[in-house]
Amino acid sequence: MKTKKGKLIYNLITFGLVTAAYFICSYMVDNGLMSRTLKGQLIPICAWVVMAISLNLVIGISGELSLGHAGFMSVGAFTGIVVSGWLLNGFQMENTGLRLLIAMIAGGLMAGLAGVVIGVPVLRLRGDYLAIVTLAFGEIIRNVMNCVYVSVEGSNLHMGFINPNLPGTLLLNGPNGAVSVKRISTFLAGFLLVLFTLVVVLNLVNSRSGRAIMAIRDNRIAAESMGINVTKYKMMAFVLSAALAGMAGVLYGLNMSTLVPSKFKFDQSINVLVFVVLGGIGNILGSVISAALLTVLPEVLRAFSQFRMLVYAVVLILVMLATNNPILRSWFNQLTAKIRNRGAKPGATETTKGGGAA
Amino acid sequence: MMFLSNLLGGISLGSIYAIIALGYTMVYGIAKMLNFAHGDVIMVGAYIAFCALQYWNVPPLLAVPLAMLVCTVLGVTIEGLAYRPLRQATSLAVLITAIGMSYLLQNLALLIWGANPKNFPGTLITLPALSLFGGQLKIPGTTIVTILANVVIMIVLTTFTAKTKLGKAMRCVSEDRGAAELMGINVNRTISATFAIGSALAAIAGVLLCSAYPTLMPTTGSMPGIKAFTAAVFGGIGSIPGAMIGGIMLGIIEILGKAYISTELGDAIVFAVLIVVLLVKPTGLLGKPVREKV
Repeated sequence: MKTKKGKLIYNLITFGLVTAAYFICSYMVDNGLMSRTLKGQLIPICAWVVMAISLNLVIGISGELSLGHAGFMSVGAFTGIVVSGWLLNGFQMENTGLRLLIAMIAGGLMAGLAGVVIGVPVLRLRGDYLAIVTLAFGEIIRNVMNCVYVSVEGSNLHMGFINPNLPGTLLLNGPNGAVSVKRISTFLAGFLLVLFTLVVVLNLVNSRSGRAIMAIRDNRIAAESMGINVTKYKMMAFVLSAALAGMAGVLYGLNMSTLVPSKFKFDQSINVLVFVVLGGIGNILGSVISAALLTVLPEVLRAFSQFRMLVYAVVLILVMLATNNPILRSWFNQLTAKIRNRGAKPGATETTKGGGAA
Repeated sequence: MMFLSNLLGGISLGSIYAIIALGYTMVYGIAKMLNFAHGDVIMVGAYIAFCALQYWNVPPLLAVPLAMLVCTVLGVTIEGLAYRPLRQATSLAVLITAIGMSYLLQNLALLIWGANPKNFPGTLITLPALSLFGGQLKIPGTTIVTILANVVIMIVLTTFTAKTKLGKAMRCVSEDRGAAELMGINVNRTISATFAIGSALAAIAGVLLCSAYPTLMPTTGSMPGIKAFTAAVFGGIGSIPGAMIGGIMLGIIEILGKAYISTELGDAIVFAVLIVVLLVKPTGLLGKPVREKV
């Protein structure tokens, strides 16, 4: 069992690490210590970190497997691009920070709305059926995005479905996506978004609602008989996760000058799933670290880029085999117990039993 | 006539989905796992047949058994190495392992055969197109072969599960694994056999798919795989007739949707139908409702 103090320390470590990473990175950027490719990865890293945390909220905290998370990111990204373009063309809003903020709120809201629409039917299902339906919804979102055309004329927004003949300048061009987007995402905005996500998710986990969500994950029937409203709490986690993914999408989309809907394929959902699994299901700090490392890694190992996915796949399988191996598991538990006992020796009072860690 | 030809096209595509869906559904019924890598076994089967015809000069009649053999070995190996150690693990762990396996196969294919699409030779099915109603309705040879293959597989598989010892063992294991084990059924061997059958069917599906749509890439199997998976869920996962019905209906919906509603939204229509079906019947058309015990 995690104690209150343990949770506080965990949260402090998480926030401390993220903040330290931000300041080290910006110091390196300011002093020209970072390569161009790595510098270009800073904002995507923030976006993927937020994606990983938000998916972990669904998989780790709420215990439902969602395979369509990239769909929410896509909704957020294209909403953000439309809102940002609309504000710039229609209202001459030059302040990029404000525009990004409004775009992010809009993107989060739209993705959250998509989360509600999808969550109502999806959360009625269980287990594998739920996974396949989220996958189906992800594909539907991608398919529909391929048919959406949005243009801006003065301060008017025109929308067309399958029909590309719209007055004014096109912001979204169906399967060709968004072109010549004004790039307004900044590393600072990305960092703030990561912090915001961490605050929201960590607070939720340690709140009454968070405990209710985890109780449902551990045993739905028992939780239900204790008077927990299963649908409400499941929806809460799912919609919140969708909204956060949408905001990550805005950050990601407004960092690209062009963005096509096929960018958010099923593969991207799986990628985020890999971050979550390798970081440890339910472990928020783990998600942050694995998302950041696994986004940087391919850039560093450019020469091996064709083996990247192969290595991913092998690592994914091996991690699953190792974490589910009873011998390795008991060995690992003994090891952590030993470390705990050693750490607890000098005058510790609370960690008397070390073996109960999940 | 247009409608009839579209309908036949739908049944043909649906037959391919159905054959793939059989692999999904049998494995789910018996091992209670979603074998995400199944779609990529199709791709491997198609590549083997392609290589056999193009490079190794294997006669067309032997290319299909060869692909089936390779896929069977592959399927059993995957099961033994990756899935068997996870028998007692949570379904999430197994699903993620299966996804990893799917990526592994795709990327291995990418390394071996390259990213460039290969043109699948049309020498495998040389049946001439059937002309009906004075040439108004032309049925391509591949369509006829696909539908016939589907019917034959369906009959063989139904008799197999109903009559043979192994088939009965499979039904037992799918009903209650623990009880089957107590009755002296070798559960591991039964599950291996299921994977073998499913993978052999995947090879047939791969050859049929690439005969109808001749572009072959490492990702060829993933979309049909997902669709067939949808078909299996649609018909009620775990049920063999359900996979058949689900597959054929999905093929018909896809082709008719593309022809009469919207070409762009074809895939979205297919998935939307799945969602509607699951909302009305959460375990699919022919699926058995599962009662939960506390």
